[in-house]
Amino acid sequence: MEMPGRPRTAMLFVAAILFFLLPTVAAFAQDSENVATRITVEDETGERVPVEGVAITVTDDQGNEVGAGATDAEGVFMLEVPEAGTYQLLLDDTTLPEGVSLTNSDRNPATVILREGQTGATIFALTSGDAVAAGGGVTLRQIAQLTVEGIKFGLFIAMAAIGLSLIFGTTGLVNFAHGELIGWGMLMAYFFNFYGLAGVFGWMASWPPPFGGGVNVIFAAVIAMVLGGALGWLLDAVIFSKLRARGVGLISQMVVTIGLSLILRYFFLFGFGGSPRFYQDYTAQSAIHIGIIDITPKDLVISGLSVLILIGVGLFLIMTRWGKAMRAVSDNRDLAESSGIDVQKVIRYVWVMGAGLAALGGVFDSLAETVRWDLGFRILLLVFAGVVLGGLGTAFGALVGSVIVGIGIQLSTVWLPTELKNVGALALLALVLIVRPQGLLGRRERVG
Amino acid sequence: MHADRSAVLAGVAAEPGVPKPDPILVADSLQRSFGGIRAVDVDHLEVQRGIITGLIGPNGAGKTTFFNLLTGFDQPDNGKKSFNGDSIDGKSPHALARQGMVRTFQLTKSLTKLSVIDNMKLGARHQSGESLWRSMLRPLWGSEEKAIEQRADELLVRFKLDHMREEYAGTLSGGQRKLLEMARALMSEPDLIMLDEPMAGVNPALTQSLLEHVKDLAGQGISVVFVEHDMDVVRDISDWVVVMAEGAVIAEGPHDSITANSDVIDAYLGTHHDAPLDVEVDLDWKEADG
Amino acid sequence: MESVDWGFVLEQTLIQALGLNAAVYAIAAIGLNMHFGYAGLLNFGQAGFVAMGAYGMGIAVNQWGYPVWVAVLMGMLFSVGFAVLLGLPTLRLRADYLAIVTIAAAEIVRLVARSTALRDITRGAEGLNEFIGPFREFNPFNPSATYGIWFVQYRGNTFFAVVIGWTLAALFVLITYLLIRSPWGRVVKAIREDELAARALGKNAYRFKMQALIIGGVMGGFAGMVDAIGKATVQPDFFGAALTFFFWLVLILGGVGRVWAPIAGSILYWGLITFVQNTGRQLVDNGVIRTTIMDTNQIDQIRFWVVGGALALLMVYRPQGIFGSREEMALDAR
Repeated sequence: MEMPGRPRTAMLFVAAILFFLLPTVAAFAQDSENVATRITVEDETGERVPVEGVAITVTDDQGNEVGAGATDAEGVFMLEVPEAGTYQLLLDDTTLPEGVSLTNSDRNPATVILREGQTGATIFALTSGDAVAAGGGVTLRQIAQLTVEGIKFGLFIAMAAIGLSLIFGTTGLVNFAHGELIGWGMLMAYFFNFYGLAGVFGWMASWPPPFGGGVNVIFAAVIAMVLGGALGWLLDAVIFSKLRARGVGLISQMVVTIGLSLILRYFFLFGFGGSPRFYQDYTAQSAIHIGIIDITPKDLVISGLSVLILIGVGLFLIMTRWGKAMRAVSDNRDLAESSGIDVQKVIRYVWVMGAGLAALGGVFDSLAETVRWDLGFRILLLVFAGVVLGGLGTAFGALVGSVIVGIGIQLSTVWLPTELKNVGALALLALVLIVRPQGLLGRRERVG
Repeated sequence: MHADRSAVLAGVAAEPGVPKPDPILVADSLQRSFGGIRAVDVDHLEVQRGIITGLIGPNGAGKTTFFNLLTGFDQPDNGKKSFNGDSIDGKSPHALARQGMVRTFQLTKSLTKLSVIDNMKLGARHQSGESLWRSMLRPLWGSEEKAIEQRADELLVRFKLDHMREEYAGTLSGGQRKLLEMARALMSEPDLIMLDEPMAGVNPALTQSLLEHVKDLAGQGISVVFVEHDMDVVRDISDWVVVMAEGAVIAEGPHDSITANSDVIDAYLGTHHDAPLDVEVDLDWKEADG
Repeated sequence: MESVDWGFVLEQTLIQALGLNAAVYAIAAIGLNMHFGYAGLLNFGQAGFVAMGAYGMGIAVNQWGYPVWVAVLMGMLFSVGFAVLLGLPTLRLRADYLAIVTIAAAEIVRLVARSTALRDITRGAEGLNEFIGPFREFNPFNPSATYGIWFVQYRGNTFFAVVIGWTLAALFVLITYLLIRSPWGRVVKAIREDELAARALGKNAYRFKMQALIIGGVMGGFAGMVDAIGKATVQPDFFGAALTFFFWLVLILGGVGRVWAPIAGSILYWGLITFVQNTGRQLVDNGVIRTTIMDTNQIDQIRFWVVGGALALLMVYRPQGIFGSREEMALDAR
């Protein structure tokens, strides 16, 4: 893990904070724009079938109703609105056909950001609950598709989980602010993808990207990872190394991470706002078919990248001096210390590496879905599930556990309503604690 | 000096696993491994009632692990054990304590934010005020509490801790904590008391007084087992000595027969006698304590 | 031009500090005090217990039309069930596991409650809104009149809930006091200090921890019931993870392991939050803070910064809380 130079890091960090204090979205209002939604439901074969007669209400960001109506035979509802801005589309789910429900009721109302002259579109994904249960029509294709999606999601979770697990292993601290490290990476990538540093320093506008304008999300992801590592470095240098030196107890430190998590999370909301957004690149891709699997090219690429990065981390932990030191400290801190390892330095590197990985995990996950201020916190519990499943404190356990959690979540949708898929994963967590509390790869450490 | 006690074992042969006339604690084929390393593998051991048994061995011999197995703080992979003639396989520590087997710890576990007297009262067994429903109504347990408090005060006087009665246990010195822990264990009126390195970390001035207290226990008919890695400490007080090395019992017998035993000498000389505490054991408990 | 109407700010501050929210938070924090302050249990899912109480009671009336006393019993039963479910897998494990599992479980409760799958029972995302009638029949106060002292006035229906809330808070403080000074409390504190020592002395740590988890959880359940009666609604998203952290701050503000501290902490917390929020809003409304820097929505988010910052700083610099003494507190146990 390479450390960015100190002065530069500090500058970038300050810049990033300033960004949040500025109003982030300007409104362009000229001609009329359209808000549109298409409502379809997937049948057993995976074909999208439009749903007619679903009531939609559109409100502007002041909460005023702009219009309402129902979907046509194509499952489309379109409304002309007076100006660009942010609109909320509320679907009245009582008008849905029998047995059909929203795949993700969190996304109702859906938010549409309209730019000048554009048509803002959104899709309400529906699930036909009975189709699967009644027909017993769980096809091999469905299982394969869900498994692939599960592995993909599991890989993202794993990126964050490794850091969480290593921090726990080396310091004994359960870091409840880890979700914000994920969120931080995502937001930084979004920021550089959209604005570049000129988003803060207007005079940089004529500079080349990433200073004077948005860069491709790939470069933004690299920047985000570096900034993520920098935040990890900062948190350990300014807060947690000091707390350890003061002899503050682990439970107290855990409460400190909770406080930190609240501050950061609502700082994100403060700067970013409550509506989900998208990156500029690769947003609307159609899936390609590989065998019986459908996957978008970007998902394929980021999943591949995740695998490469995780293998790299694994090799780093096994082969390199610092990697070995991390595992040694994680395994037995006292022994490591007495054999001449600089434990504090190792912990600092663990924070940097863990936070950098978490940041990248956040970028990848938000690329696959959407950028939203509380994404980190939403994932955090699943990261915990992965870490506990694999065994608290082990890097490889976290990896294995996360992938299992990812697959479990996706496959559980065969039996559970989609909105409850995370519930299944968390229930699995409780089950593991009963049967094998040390996790799959953990050492036995419970008493009686 | 305690001839009357050791006399019960006069006719017993000094060899590992030998049967005793009136065993209070019996271990049979107890085995425990950690990650492929066999920490304890005891074929057979009987502990005689009413005497002081010393369990010694060089560092890493598996004494504390064996001790944890006997007291229910760790569960063996294989084997049987019985206490007072009843099987205690799979029993948890608190159940054993309630049956009359109580232990102390190598690193003292005085409850630092409870007062000395509260520490003592905690030791008493079968308190009706510990039931959730009765606890809120003082009249239901007030008189019992008074009796417990009286017994606690008597013990505190005996252990010369009465002047610290109201202090937080955290303010006691290391030696005083050892005394408190022993006194607290006595509050439960045990049949068998298991002391894990009672002299470790105690300054020499207090050692003698601790030894006297241990002898006192046996004088009252309580059976005592204690773990010690230093053979010299054992000489004064044990009626019977059990020696462990590499997880197994390699010798047992009266102290004199032990010091002459060549296996024992080998076991001790073969390792670093002066090395500090046994690392394997400390690590195990560190995690559990945290 | 007056930039801040201090009279109004003070009035709002006092109304909130002594009002329904403060009572609800106090009750939940008394339960948390039993968990963490006395038994050393790291419950980061108190919001789940609160939800259990509110939903148990609400469902009984709203969906099944049971009488009030059955509803309250059901609220308690739900909380007990939740405690047992959480405790079974985790109470034998290290403290951190309980922390992770409770925070996850509370989130599960919220997700399940708002899911369409259980809509027939929990009414999904809209929540329970038609249960208040039978409770209002017991309201001795006139709904259209206001009650209170000086300018701290509440409407009759709210005042009813406020009275129930503070009465319960006082009762729970008394129960905590009685429990903690008993031999039962001695054992629980001993387990907090050193579980192994307690077990070596014949105490079934698991059973005592389970009892403490249930008692504190039922108190949390009552917090939910009072909240539901006061607001006449049960909304799933009220029971988010942040709610638990507010309870923690209330507890830590007052002083962990002090019997009456949650009440003091809650009054202080609500006073502080309301004061900051109202002052901030007025500064924005009156143009002292320009909306390019911060709008009123963002002022409301500052509340979370205050809570997070206070939580972290208190934990490090004054873990005994505002009123506590440093000596007897559970926090530096590790």
